[in-house]
Amino acid sequence: MAKSNEPIWWSMFSAGGVMSAFFLPVLIVITAIAVPAGWISTEGLRELVQNPVTRIFLFVVIALSLFHWAHRFKYAAEDLGLKQLGRFLDVLCYGSAIILTIIAAAVLVTL
Amino acid sequence: MAASDTVKKTMSLEVFRYRPDEEDEPTFQTYEVPYKEDWVVLDALNYVKDTMDGTLSFRWSCRMGVCGSCGMMVNGEPKLTCSAFLRDYYPDPIRVEPLTYFPVIRDLVINMDDFMNKLTEVQAWLQPKEEKPVSEGEYRQTPAELAKYKQYTMCINCMLCYSACPVYGRHPEFTGPAAIALAQRYNLDSRDGAADERAEVIFKHEGIWGCTFVGDCSRVCPKHVDPAGAIQQAKVTATQDWYKSLLMPKRK
Amino acid sequence: MANEQPTIAGKDYVRAVPNTWWLQRKTYVTFMVRELTCVFVGAYALFLLVLVSKAGDAAAFDALLNSPVLITLQIIALPMVLFHSITWINLTPKVMVVFRGEDKVSPALIAGVNYVAWAAISVIIYGIASCQG
Repeated sequence: MAKSNEPIWWSMFSAGGVMSAFFLPVLIVITAIAVPAGWISTEGLRELVQNPVTRIFLFVVIALSLFHWAHRFKYAAEDLGLKQLGRFLDVLCYGSAIILTIIAAAVLVTL
Repeated sequence: MAASDTVKKTMSLEVFRYRPDEEDEPTFQTYEVPYKEDWVVLDALNYVKDTMDGTLSFRWSCRMGVCGSCGMMVNGEPKLTCSAFLRDYYPDPIRVEPLTYFPVIRDLVINMDDFMNKLTEVQAWLQPKEEKPVSEGEYRQTPAELAKYKQYTMCINCMLCYSACPVYGRHPEFTGPAAIALAQRYNLDSRDGAADERAEVIFKHEGIWGCTFVGDCSRVCPKHVDPAGAIQQAKVTATQDWYKSLLMPKRK
Repeated sequence: MANEQPTIAGKDYVRAVPNTWWLQRKTYVTFMVRELTCVFVGAYALFLLVLVSKAGDAAAFDALLNSPVLITLQIIALPMVLFHSITWINLTPKVMVVFRGEDKVSPALIAGVNYVAWAAISVIIYGIASCQG
């Protein structure tokens, strides 16, 4: 079939792009500014993370952000001249995203 | 008589020269041309060819921004030379080069075979859903149906977008902005029935999926076609189709 | 009928495109910066993963959140992730074209709605984290 299977990666890249665009800035503000400044306690945050709804939310944000990175980074690396790596780059990027997503699932399920 | 009349203003044109019958490498040749407030770069090039150097080769036709023939690099930017006014550059020198990312045949003339082939590949013509004889009347379309593809009809095939596209520059097999925008022009036309056939061409890896949405194509387009937008919308369509055929394989 | 005559002795001059192509135009540099924001997105996602994996260990969790090195890296990542958010939302109208009859819904409106949603989501998330903490 001539049509590419790119849609699977592109749809995850897009979903990850949306998730990271909308959620990451406020999360960084929380972890890098609010907590160190004492506006939010680490203990409170830790309890919040145990909550099943939070766990599902974080899994989705983490997993999709990783697939967003994988797809975009693969193309950026090619653009910067690393095309010689070819297939290996695909495996490196998408492979890492898949493995880390599995780890994320394991972590968030066993909390 | 005003003093400025006795001093004729001039400008420097640094022009890319390549004469395959004489040399293996290109050179630059500088011409001092008169500066006139209402002149465009094309006027200056024609002045050179008519009065200074008849060997300079370049394409042009309508000189009013509708034929798409006179595209060249002006100070590193793809422009229609009939629409690039000298006054916007004066008094600095203007560097004129052939459209980038295309092979150069001679001087400012590029080889556009690749683009012509791609227009054929994407079947950039109307293929009515149902053929009907003239006696049965026109193919009718509402204003709303027209609105969906009208923007993409504005393409004048000037290829400035290809010169702006680094993906095309590095991967010439990439179908490219104008060809995909033109495919979309027909895909979105309610009278057309060949979207599936075109999909076989543009949904390939070297079709829409080569695009990384740099967006420079839309920025340089003199007709505001927005090929970048056309490509992203095609990606959405392709993705929807892909999931549909995955989840409902018997469909279609 | 295509002009199939070969050009002189097949001597079309082909100009090479170097790996530094993206430094040649301002728009290309902006594009490359935008693309490389994904590194910061991926890195922060990884940080979140590690942080969350330590949720059962109060001391480790605490240490990660108070580490000066990690805080500094996150402060560097923040403007990059913001640049991703802004460029993403600004490009959304090109991907999501909506027609009301003959008229195309204004791209500014589509982007605007997304910005409002972004602000609302951020306030809500911060509020939830704040209440717990």
